[in-house]
Amino acid sequence: MTLVVDCILLALLAGVGVAVWRSRDLLTSVALFSIYSLLCAALFTLLEAPDVAVTEAAVGAGFSTMLMLAAISAVGRSERRRRRPPLIAAAVVITAAGCLAWGVAAAPPFGQPDAAPHVHVAPFYLQDTPEAIGIPNVVTAVLASYRGFDTLGEVAVIFTAGIGVLTLLRTPKRRGSERAATQGRKVQASATVFVGPDHVVPRVVGKVLLPGILMYGLFIQFHGEFGPGGGFAAGVLLATGFALYTLLFGVRRARQVAPAHVVETIAAAGLLVFLGVGVVTVVLGGSFLDYDEFGEGPAGQQLGILLVELGVGAAVGAVMIAVFSAFAVFATRYRAR
Amino acid sequence: MELIGHVLVLCGAVFVLIGAVGIIRFPDVFSRMHAAGITDGLGAALVLLGLSLAEGFSTSSARMALIVAFIWCTSPTACHALARSALTAGLTPRTTPTPKEPDRR
Amino acid sequence: MDLLGHYNHWVAVALMMLGLWTAIESRNLVKKLIGIGVLQTSVFVLYLSFGLTEDGAAPILVEGRETYSNPLPQVLILTAIVVGVASLSLGLALVMRIGAAFGTVEDDDLDDSEARP
Repeated sequence: MTLVVDCILLALLAGVGVAVWRSRDLLTSVALFSIYSLLCAALFTLLEAPDVAVTEAAVGAGFSTMLMLAAISAVGRSERRRRRPPLIAAAVVITAAGCLAWGVAAAPPFGQPDAAPHVHVAPFYLQDTPEAIGIPNVVTAVLASYRGFDTLGEVAVIFTAGIGVLTLLRTPKRRGSERAATQGRKVQASATVFVGPDHVVPRVVGKVLLPGILMYGLFIQFHGEFGPGGGFAAGVLLATGFALYTLLFGVRRARQVAPAHVVETIAAAGLLVFLGVGVVTVVLGGSFLDYDEFGEGPAGQQLGILLVELGVGAAVGAVMIAVFSAFAVFATRYRAR
Repeated sequence: MELIGHVLVLCGAVFVLIGAVGIIRFPDVFSRMHAAGITDGLGAALVLLGLSLAEGFSTSSARMALIVAFIWCTSPTACHALARSALTAGLTPRTTPTPKEPDRR
Repeated sequence: MDLLGHYNHWVAVALMMLGLWTAIESRNLVKKLIGIGVLQTSVFVLYLSFGLTEDGAAPILVEGRETYSNPLPQVLILTAIVVGVASLSLGLALVMRIGAAFGTVEDDDLDDSEARP
C-alpha cells in the first residue's frame, strides 16, 4: 500500500513542480511552492522520517511561504517571460540530469536492507543509544550527542544568516534630502502586508489559537527526546506563532510583545548556551561537548542533550522571529513598482 | 466500531474528491472557495474522525480529535480571510450564468 | 519495496533538475529563488529515499521492534531544512533591497537601470 501512495505523491510532486515553473504570477508560484513543501512533508512521513516531516511542514509550508509573500509584496507579483529559452543552459541541465540519473542507478534499490548506508554506522547508533544515552528518539540522540559538533556548526550558520538579513534590511534613518527623493515610492503603512483592525474574525480566532500554537511549539521542544521533534522544529513553530501575531496585529504591537533587542539577545544567547555547554565540559576536564562530564551514563547525556536542544530552539526561533520582523517592516516601507 | 471508522474515512475521501471537482469546475472565485472549504472542513475532519474511531480510545485518537477541532477553527477563518481579500481586490460574486453556457429554458 | 527499484530516486533527480532549470531560465530574481527552493526540497527527497529500509519503522525505539530505518540521513536533512530557510531569507532580503534600489527585479531591466539612493 505504501508503494501506491508513494508513487501518487511523487507524481503529484512532479505536477506541482512543473506548475511552479510555468506560472507567470509570482503569487501563484509561491502558493504552489507551499503545496510542494506540504506534499514533501507527507512523503517524508511515508519514508519513515517524522522529525523531518514536522520540520519541513513548519518551515516549507509555513515560514518560507510567509517570507516569500512579504518579498513579493515589496517587489511586485508579475513575472516577464523571456522570448527564447537559453539553449546552452538547457543542454547543461539535460547533461546534468543524465549524469545524475546514471549515477543514482548505481545506488542500491529503494529500501534494500543490506545496502551500504545501512550496515556501516547506523546499526551502531541504533544499538548503542538505549544503553549509552537512554532516550527513544535516535535522531535526537545522534543530532545532539553523537554528532553534536555538526549541529553547533548548523546553528552558527543560521545565526550568521540572521545577522546578514538584519544588516541588509535595517536601513538607517535617512537624512532630509534623501528622504525627499524616495518619497514617491513609499506606500501607506499597513496597506500591503497586514490585516486592519476591522478584520474581526481572523483576529479573534488568532487570539484564541495562539496560546495553543505556542504551547505546541514548547511541547515539540521538550518532547523531542521521546517522539518526533527537537530544537529546530520547535524554534520554527514558535517563530510561526509570533509571525501570525505580527500579521494579525501589526508590527508595532508585535514589537511591543517581542522587542527587537530582546529577540536578538535570545538568538545570541541560544548559540552561546550551546557553545557554553562545550566549554563547561572542557573546563570540567573532558573533551568539547563530552556530556559524560555532567554525570555517568544516561543521566549526564540527557542533561547535555536538554541544554543543547534548548540552545538550538532559542537560537533558531529568535533568528526566525527577527528575520520575519525585518521582512515585515521593510515590505511595508518600500515598494518597487 | 472499526467498521464505522473505515466508512467515515471513505466518506471523507469522497467529500475531498467532491471539493476538488468543485474547485476545478466552479466559475467564480467565491464558489471555488466554498468548495475548498468542504475539502478541509468536512473531508479532512471525517477522515481523521474515522481514523480515531478505528483506532479505539487512545492518545492517538485524542490527538486526532484535537486536530479536527483545530481544523474546524482555522479552515473557515482562512476561507473568510480569502473571501475578504477577494472583495477588497474588487472581485464580486457572480450572480448570472456564465456566458458560455446557454441559459436553457 | 524492491518492486520500485529506482523510481523514487529518478523522480527526485527529475525534480532537482526542474528546480535548477527554473532557477536558470527565469528572469525574475524571486522566481530564481523559488526554483532553488524546489531544488533543495527535492534533494531532501533523494536523501531520505536512500535512508529507508524495507519494513523499517521510524527510528524511535519502541518495545519489540527490531528493524528501523536509517537515522543518519534524517539527522542530516533535519538541519539542512532550517539552514535552507535561513539562506532563503538572506536571498530574499537581497532581492528586496535590489527591488527598492533599482525599482525592478527582472534581470533585463536590472542591466539597464542604475541604483537610486
